[in-house]
Amino acid sequence: MAMLEIRGLRKSFGGVQALAGVDLHVDEGEIVSVIGPNGAGKTSFFNVVTGLFLPDRGDILFEGKSIAGLEASEITKAGIARTFQNVRLFPDMTVLENVMVAQHCRTRSGIFRAILRTPFMRREEAEIEERAREILSFFGSRLVGYRFDQPAMSLSYANRRRLEIARAMATRPKLLLLDEPVAGMNPRETAELTGLIRKLRDEQGFTVVVIEHDMGVVRDVSDRVAVLDHGVKIAEGAYEEVSTNAEVIEAYLGRPAGAGR
Amino acid sequence: MTASAAGAGRYKRRPGWVDAFLWIVRIGALVVLVWGVAGTVVQGIAGEGPTGEAWRDLVVAGIAQGAMYGLIALGYSMVYGVLGFINFAHGEVFMAGGMVGFFVANYLWDIRFWETDFVLSVLLVLVTSILTSALVAVIVERVAYRPLRGSPRLIPLITSIGISFFLQYTFAGLFGVAVKNYPPPPDYMRNRIGILGLQIEVTKLVVIVVGAAAMIGLYLFVEKTRTGRSIRAVAEDKEMAALMGIDVDRTIVATFAVGGAMAGIAGTLWALLFRGVSFITGFLPGIKAFTAAVLGGVGNLTGAMAGGVLLGLFEGVGPQLVLAGFGIPGVSQLKDVVAFTALVLVLIFKPTGLFGERLSAEDRA
Amino acid sequence: MTSIDLRRMLRWGWMAGAAPVFTAAVGMLEAFDDRPLIYPVLSLGYLMLLWFLPIAGYQASNTPVLEGMEAPPKGLHNAAAGAFAGLMGGAVLSVFTVLVNAFDMRDVFVSFSARMVELLTWGRGVPGGLAVTAGVPAVLGLAGGLMHLMSPSGRRRSILAVEWVVVAALLGQVISQVLRQIRLEAAADLMFTRRALEWWAAVVLAAVVWVLAERTKGGMGRMRERLFAADVGRRTRNSIWLAVLVLVFLIILPQLLGSLLSEVLANVGLFLLMGLGLNIVVGLAGMLDLGYVAFFAVGAYTVGVLTSPISPRFTLEWSWWAALPVAIVMTALAGLLVGTPVIRMRGDYLAIVTLGFGEIVRILFLSDWLSHTFGGAQGVQNIPGIPLGFTTVSGVGPEGVLYFALFFVIISAWISWSLQESRIGRAWTALREDETVAEAMGINIVAAKLNAFIVGAVLAGFAGALFAAKVGSVFPSSFELLVSIIILVVVIVGGMGNIPGVAVGAVVLIGVLGGPNVPGLLQEFAQFKLLIYGALLIFMMLRRPEGLVPSKRRSRELHSHELTQDAWLQKGGAFTGGQDGPGGGRQAES
Repeated sequence: MAMLEIRGLRKSFGGVQALAGVDLHVDEGEIVSVIGPNGAGKTSFFNVVTGLFLPDRGDILFEGKSIAGLEASEITKAGIARTFQNVRLFPDMTVLENVMVAQHCRTRSGIFRAILRTPFMRREEAEIEERAREILSFFGSRLVGYRFDQPAMSLSYANRRRLEIARAMATRPKLLLLDEPVAGMNPRETAELTGLIRKLRDEQGFTVVVIEHDMGVVRDVSDRVAVLDHGVKIAEGAYEEVSTNAEVIEAYLGRPAGAGR
Repeated sequence: MTASAAGAGRYKRRPGWVDAFLWIVRIGALVVLVWGVAGTVVQGIAGEGPTGEAWRDLVVAGIAQGAMYGLIALGYSMVYGVLGFINFAHGEVFMAGGMVGFFVANYLWDIRFWETDFVLSVLLVLVTSILTSALVAVIVERVAYRPLRGSPRLIPLITSIGISFFLQYTFAGLFGVAVKNYPPPPDYMRNRIGILGLQIEVTKLVVIVVGAAAMIGLYLFVEKTRTGRSIRAVAEDKEMAALMGIDVDRTIVATFAVGGAMAGIAGTLWALLFRGVSFITGFLPGIKAFTAAVLGGVGNLTGAMAGGVLLGLFEGVGPQLVLAGFGIPGVSQLKDVVAFTALVLVLIFKPTGLFGERLSAEDRA
Repeated sequence: MTSIDLRRMLRWGWMAGAAPVFTAAVGMLEAFDDRPLIYPVLSLGYLMLLWFLPIAGYQASNTPVLEGMEAPPKGLHNAAAGAFAGLMGGAVLSVFTVLVNAFDMRDVFVSFSARMVELLTWGRGVPGGLAVTAGVPAVLGLAGGLMHLMSPSGRRRSILAVEWVVVAALLGQVISQVLRQIRLEAAADLMFTRRALEWWAAVVLAAVVWVLAERTKGGMGRMRERLFAADVGRRTRNSIWLAVLVLVFLIILPQLLGSLLSEVLANVGLFLLMGLGLNIVVGLAGMLDLGYVAFFAVGAYTVGVLTSPISPRFTLEWSWWAALPVAIVMTALAGLLVGTPVIRMRGDYLAIVTLGFGEIVRILFLSDWLSHTFGGAQGVQNIPGIPLGFTTVSGVGPEGVLYFALFFVIISAWISWSLQESRIGRAWTALREDETVAEAMGINIVAAKLNAFIVGAVLAGFAGALFAAKVGSVFPSSFELLVSIIILVVVIVGGMGNIPGVAVGAVVLIGVLGGPNVPGLLQEFAQFKLLIYGALLIFMMLRRPEGLVPSKRRSRELHSHELTQDAWLQKGGAFTGGQDGPGGGRQAES
């Protein structure tokens, strides 16, 4: 059974069809890339899957259960976490707090336990912090030590991207949705992050869906590539297949002159 | 695969307990409304409660009051449309007009001009009131709001609360705390004349007519003049407007001035209706007018005026019509409750107002 | 080259005129002239009239210096600019005086009297005294300008000295009261005349501050260092010591102050309680609640109705202790009822709707309809105090109320702190910063916001219950919208999101200026209290939106654009990984 199964997903904004019937399935342990030209509906796809927008039609099954129509927080709780294309951290919280707050849905202490500082609450609090440190150390020395207590907005751009991945990891998802993780990074950082995405699967055991424009990254990480254009999936398969697909090339480069259809 | 999903309808959020609660509120409000009206009708048939004439007076008074709310609401609506925040101090702008107008009226009374030429006197008061209110609105914009442009949206709102208090107590300090009563209007203002088969008090008629005229004037201003077009452009998208060569600062000043002028007109209408002004006169009408603006849909000028009239009617007729049906004593005390309940219900169930919001995309966020 | 910015000078000169004219026109000069500050040279009226002039004089030639640029040389031109601004202010004031003297405008402007002209000309009449009217501001402007010529430490010392003298003079009554209480009547009589500081005492105080100012420099910093020492063991030990010290101080405080001041402090405690509650809603969760007073009212009415022997409906005559849990439940319910419909609204609509709810609650308590339960305009009378076995705490003995208020403040501060430092508090911060992302990170927005609403409401309920026992009666006019606004001002002026900030705000505003219906130490301000509140709110929003004692996070938030600029400057526009961000370097210097 596929971990994520999407059938005929449709979403329109006003008159614009962002998603016009997308089907996609993601198996456990896969890394799937979603590519497509600008405005193809990739980010809308993420937004609908994670519950920020309601789908108009179609169904989204996660581990066999329909999650369409759930609140975003419930979907996160079910095990899907994401990053944002235009890095959206909590800018004034510290690095550590950003990762701690993301464990909200996996922890339980309520108002009374917090006020009474019960042993359970203090233990849980210690665990949250411990786990946050652990997750941050996944990124090497970049986000640890004195960085723990720095506000997120003081980080460099690349570190913000890393922190966003860390924050998504902290929700303990099964499926990670990464929205253009290497956008705006230099070649060295890109190479490093490419390795990191593989490590997310290989070492951490996450299933990963990546939206990416950088074809080098797509080639290096993907088990499978799905191509969206105008809200429909126009191709799917291994990178080599897809990258030579005429329809895909046309979507990216426009219709060659004279090639009427 | 798609075939099976194609039959599925549009998704709705799975309702949570909050939705359930809101449904209970909805149904509760409806039940109270129907029950109350029914009760009142039963009373009416039994010959109790207000007479037909009393009802008519309530409706007319409500519309007159509503015209005034509508005029103030225009200022809220315009500022919200252009700058995206609630100018809490707008009620004080209205009060300033009424207050300064009083001194002109009083002077005219002292030189006995008020009695000889009442119409011209009122026009003089009106002009003073318009100028004062516009001036106060423009000063407030310049001193307090301009430096805050681009800050988080609650900051100008909090500032405007400060301005509201500052203006109130500045006026108290300058002109004293006593209620100032405008000189009495000539007797014919209290006569009733028949229009469309209705007997309407002249004062109320004047208020309604002036309100309507001001609204039409504003509509023409916004739709037909250059400044009006700039205002609409800036409300739509400030940066784009600036790129198109519109002076955004000047346009915002114009917005405040026009909104202030409308509040000034409302100040004089208030004087005609109630005669008394004091430094706290502006507060409650200010909040009510904001309610009216929301009721009509913020940023929507026609909506603001219509919202004002509706709110005036709710307030004027609502307590008698709905609450009296339950046999509640002293219903007129509860007219503010009716107004605020209307606000709460509208914001819960139709936050875009009855006639639709007109806001730029960034403000809707 | 000396640079004189003429436009800047004109602007500050104009303001230097506008400020005193405004003060005189709204009647502050006359109203406050009866209150001497430094005997016999300065009254509160003149202080209000002239305080702005040295500032304007200083600002008139205070050019902003960008980082990395060389500061322009200071020189006599600074003094000249100050004098010019002062003179311009004086000229405006003189013209105003002449106009007031020439035309009788009392019918319109209530405070434009002969007495005002006399005060403005320092008792010398119109043509003769005008030189003084213009001259004094000019001298003060010059003094402000001369500040540029002092060394930084000299400037710091003189500002401190002036501040101390003004505060000592303003609080003359408190200080002499305390001196009397610790049996130093002689010193009190020597230093103070009619609540005012003797001029020589002022000079001595200024000199002492001047001398000691440099010595104590950095003392606060060292203390803070000790409190927040890296070593956890030492940190806990130090903060326990501090807590014990504060507690002992607070316990003996009422004994020192006498009942009048205890009364003032008890009111501070009440507003602090509400401030802490509102701080959770506004400061932590970021929802602007303008109807907060409703919860205060619910708490107070619940206790009133349940305990009063002559409450209109039931004569249950419960003990205060039995009524308190009911009050808590009722306020929590009220929080839930108000909170549920508003949580999905955007910020400014939420503000207006909560305001509407606040008014609805007040009008319902006032109405004839419910008067058989809540007593209408008379409210509920004869509410007994808090029985403690050996004594009863009520408004008759404000010391007892003060202790009680302290007790609840400590509880509330603990609640605020412990929630802030928990997953609930982190969720609040997250949803304040970015609601969409917070939801995407698995935070249930509805639950988090309702939690904030309910906790805030319950803290107001504590305050209400205490208020009912203290005043002995509850009636609708105690719960006007004004109260909500004042609490908001307390939170904002003190520093949103910060417990010590709220405490400072409550002490400074409620304690010194006074709240709605309750006098502060400066009872003279009664009629101008709200004018000052309004002005303060505007000023804080424009100049220091993070408050007097900012929380670290808030000041980051409100100055984030500056930070980004700094970052850009430091890095030369290039964002690369692994570099130290500027965040550590820039914290609000408080």
